[in-house]
Amino acid sequence: MVALPYLWLLLFFVVPFVIVLKISFSDVDLAIPPYKPLLEWVGKNSLAIHLNFNNYAFLFTDSLYVDALLNSIKVAFISTIFCLLIGYPMAYGIARSETRTRNLLLLLVILPFWTSLLLRVYAWIGLLKANGVINNILIWLGLIHEPLTLLYTPFAMYIGIVYSYLPFMILPLYANLEKMDWQLLEAAEDLGCRPYQAFYKITLPLSRNGMLAGSMLVFIPAVGEFVIPALLGGPNALMIGRVLWDEFFSNRAWPVASAVAILLLVILVPFMMWYQSVQARESAGAR
Amino acid sequence: MTTSVGAVKAAPWKDPNARPYVQVDGVSKTFGDFKAVDDVSLKIYKGEIFCLLGASGCGKTTLLRMLGGFETPSAGRIFIDGEDMTGVPPYERPVNMMFQSYALFPHMTVEQNVAFGLKQDRVPKAEIAERVATMLDLVKLGSFAKRKPHQLSGGQKQRVALARSLVKRPKLLLLDEPLGALDKKLREHTQFELISIQDQLGVTFVVVTHDQEEAMTLASRIGVMNHGEIVQAGTPSEIYEFPSSKFVADFVGSVNIFEGKLVEDEPEYVRIASDELGATLYVSHGISAAPEAVVWAAVRPEKIFMSTARPEGTDNVVRGAVQDIAYLGDLSIYLVKLATGKIVRVTQPNTSRHAEAITWEQQVYLTWDPSSPVVVTR
Repeated sequence: MVALPYLWLLLFFVVPFVIVLKISFSDVDLAIPPYKPLLEWVGKNSLAIHLNFNNYAFLFTDSLYVDALLNSIKVAFISTIFCLLIGYPMAYGIARSETRTRNLLLLLVILPFWTSLLLRVYAWIGLLKANGVINNILIWLGLIHEPLTLLYTPFAMYIGIVYSYLPFMILPLYANLEKMDWQLLEAAEDLGCRPYQAFYKITLPLSRNGMLAGSMLVFIPAVGEFVIPALLGGPNALMIGRVLWDEFFSNRAWPVASAVAILLLVILVPFMMWYQSVQARESAGAR
Repeated sequence: MTTSVGAVKAAPWKDPNARPYVQVDGVSKTFGDFKAVDDVSLKIYKGEIFCLLGASGCGKTTLLRMLGGFETPSAGRIFIDGEDMTGVPPYERPVNMMFQSYALFPHMTVEQNVAFGLKQDRVPKAEIAERVATMLDLVKLGSFAKRKPHQLSGGQKQRVALARSLVKRPKLLLLDEPLGALDKKLREHTQFELISIQDQLGVTFVVVTHDQEEAMTLASRIGVMNHGEIVQAGTPSEIYEFPSSKFVADFVGSVNIFEGKLVEDEPEYVRIASDELGATLYVSHGISAAPEAVVWAAVRPEKIFMSTARPEGTDNVVRGAVQDIAYLGDLSIYLVKLATGKIVRVTQPNTSRHAEAITWEQQVYLTWDPSSPVVVTR
């Protein structure tokens, strides 16, 4: 039984990772699959290994990749900040509500997961497009006379990402705040803090681990996000996930695409490790 | 049970001209339909340790929280040092509270916890350091300044909480079950420590507790609460020796209560016929009750004498069989079953190591001094 998670990881993480790693060191080939094997029999008794590092070098010669990567990190970072700003008051409100309303509110947070992400993103297209719900309401109210360009803008992309990832921020934050001893706030007020000072000096530092956990859960997948920028962000949304997709399916440059994937992973591993250590600290109960 | 060694040596509550330091004036608190505190009026004087004693749910903590400003009274007013506290939030009251859970900030060291209130008041750094150090020395935690709360024992946490609430030199310190989380030995030790600290600083304490022994040890006066009301307020010995009702007599210490009818009512003495006792009680002090009224005579277990030989006289003498014995070392508790079926609790000090012990099923006579029973009418 103990081996089961490891078997799972082996099958669905280690093996695919090794395959992608292998492809990232290969040469492109016009064949199926479109890359040359790493190992080749030369003569009868010798085996040759062709390791091609050019795929990685190429990522740094064409500024497209570095730009896309930096832009992805920027988008993920800004989205994380917005998720935190919107998610914190929500998580706080849920944690401080009565038990009965609390369960209802939590259900409402999770409810969007009952439909597919794709459907929800398409719904946003319906809301944001030129003759969509939002523009129609604004025109009807007389606030604008011509439809605003909302769709296929960075604004639409941020809305999509923040909307989709908000529950990943709220849930760990709620789990953290729910454990909070609210009497500490009374103690702080007793010692001279106004309520907002008590929040700043007690609640905020004590929910640090929840904020970190939520931020990592938003940031890590948002860096590699492909669907939302592709559907809402328009052609100029240069995200590393999209570059990867294009390399793979449009250019059929599997080795370069694999190198992009490996690079992305290498960049995200420290964040994942950080998240792990935060989780470990959180479950150990030390603050 | 010891009487108070509290700071108030004089008894300001007996002086009608003394100015109360804390005045609770007709305060009530209702939560929905539930009346947690019901028209409580109290006067607490400077330097007192006033204990609010009662079972859980009697409203004592709600009353304390109203003093601290964490609950708003539904009716009535609270004055502290002459100032009306109505509408004054906790952070502006000259009051500090020691919480039952201690509520130490887990992300701060002992030192930072204690300094918190002073920093909040923008006290100069050097002064903060000095006052925190003095306070930590006072609670004997000088060497623990850099520890975090989770690295401390229960007793140490309790002392940090005390230091934190005292360092701002409040006019009034509220303590919610201050010793509740400590084990028995440590509790006894800490009780005396608390009294000596209170004595040194001269701060007025209001302590909430459900532990009557703790209240007796700490308090200059005790307010016994039941169903949101103060049923009796007085010094520990007043409460113990002169309870005003069955409830107080029963709640504070153990007691034998005999229901009876007033048959002779003279200013100097009364006689009470009690079916429960199966005899007549002779009480050597007058009481105020209607003739023929149903009254209750309360006799403390330690005031009953037990013997195998029949004592002289006929008043206040009953016979019974020993049903149970609890040997506690310093004293023994005997449960004696009377002919009427009533069980009487008697405690006897074990003064001799080789005394011929009274054993189970033995027939014994019980008697008490005619001044011992307290007669209550409710």
